[in-house]
Amino acid sequence: MKNQLFKYTLRLGDNALILGHRLAENCSRGPYLEEDLSITNTSLDLLGQAEAFYKYAAKVEDAGRTEDDLAYKRPEIEFYNLQLTEQPNGDFAHIQVRQFFMDAFNYYLYLQLKESKDQTLAAIAAKSLKEVTYHLRRSSEWMIRLGKGTQESKQKMQQALEDLWQFTHEMFVADEVDETLLKEGIAADLQILKKHWNTKVNEILKQANLQRPEDGYHATGSKKGYHTEYLGYILAEMQYLPRAYPHAKW
Amino acid sequence: MSDTQKHPEIWNLLATIPDPEIPVLSILDLGIVRDVAQEEGKWVITITPTYSGCPAMNQFEDDILSKLKENNYQNVQIKTVYDPPWTTDWINDEALKRLEEYGIAPPVKGTQDKGVLFSEGVKQVRCPLCKSTNTSLISQFGSTACKALYKCNDCLEPFDYFKCI
Repeated sequence: MKNQLFKYTLRLGDNALILGHRLAENCSRGPYLEEDLSITNTSLDLLGQAEAFYKYAAKVEDAGRTEDDLAYKRPEIEFYNLQLTEQPNGDFAHIQVRQFFMDAFNYYLYLQLKESKDQTLAAIAAKSLKEVTYHLRRSSEWMIRLGKGTQESKQKMQQALEDLWQFTHEMFVADEVDETLLKEGIAADLQILKKHWNTKVNEILKQANLQRPEDGYHATGSKKGYHTEYLGYILAEMQYLPRAYPHAKW
Repeated sequence: MSDTQKHPEIWNLLATIPDPEIPVLSILDLGIVRDVAQEEGKWVITITPTYSGCPAMNQFEDDILSKLKENNYQNVQIKTVYDPPWTTDWINDEALKRLEEYGIAPPVKGTQDKGVLFSEGVKQVRCPLCKSTNTSLISQFGSTACKALYKCNDCLEPFDYFKCI
């Protein structure tokens, strides 16, 4: 069970770290100052959540690794973040649709996890939920604002929905790790999560006058460490310094 | 928060450490310090983060360590806990007043700004400058993660609001 708990916690950290990193790439590129601050503050929340999950993962693993080792010294195949989180920023529509999908996912995930029998996961989830509540509200507002905005903003939002939809399927694919920990009362039930996520997505899309994309081809495999071509580039940039100068300190 | 009567000399020292971003508040005003204990010849200071990614947390740790070291407390360890999660309700009334005088609208107690689209039904935030409640939200995120940006529709000044969580 220790191994499953390690992997489960690592995945939570990886989702937060990679999405947080993608958002941080927008620093100083926001459409206006307040939005620039919002994107980077959301990123900061996610990086903080990643740190908390990694600290716990390192403790569970008990192999002498630290949270920094987990973030900076693992290769691509050992990262288990959802492929959605690593998708490129593209335009502002893609940033917000990706964020909305993930915020809704995280919100209902942490709502369940705060009742987890694992006390540390429950505590981090309860803490993160307060932050994600803000994130979800903000990205929902952008969905509506841009969906009901101009013809161009609506078209761009619909395009982003179509482009990213294929990556939402794997959010709810449970593997052996999920199933084992669900039986122990530790992990979230992905079927319940899926129901809540769908309801929220449908509700906001309706308000935004946007179409829910048709299900078609969908990407999976992140729980085995399979990724799209983008993750390698993220890691190359993110891990360069600690790998080139392993003993560098502030 | 734990019993502050137990090691008053330490609590008194901690009360002198300001928040690096909001110097009118100390780390005790914010409720970040959860416990002070002596374990096997070691001082263990238990703290909890305000926001998960709050960049001031490392600063708090450094400040606590150096403040105690200056006062000849060697062998100090900082422990971080997440439960119970930090809430703005832990900021005391006197500190809330200082916050407003400093120009930051204090959190409206006992409420959470959540789940409402486009701020419908959100409670009124009072302008710290002219005290008007005719204000509106500009952005849910202000100069730091713990603040939102508002503007006053009467005196027209923008101001920070300490978010309620």
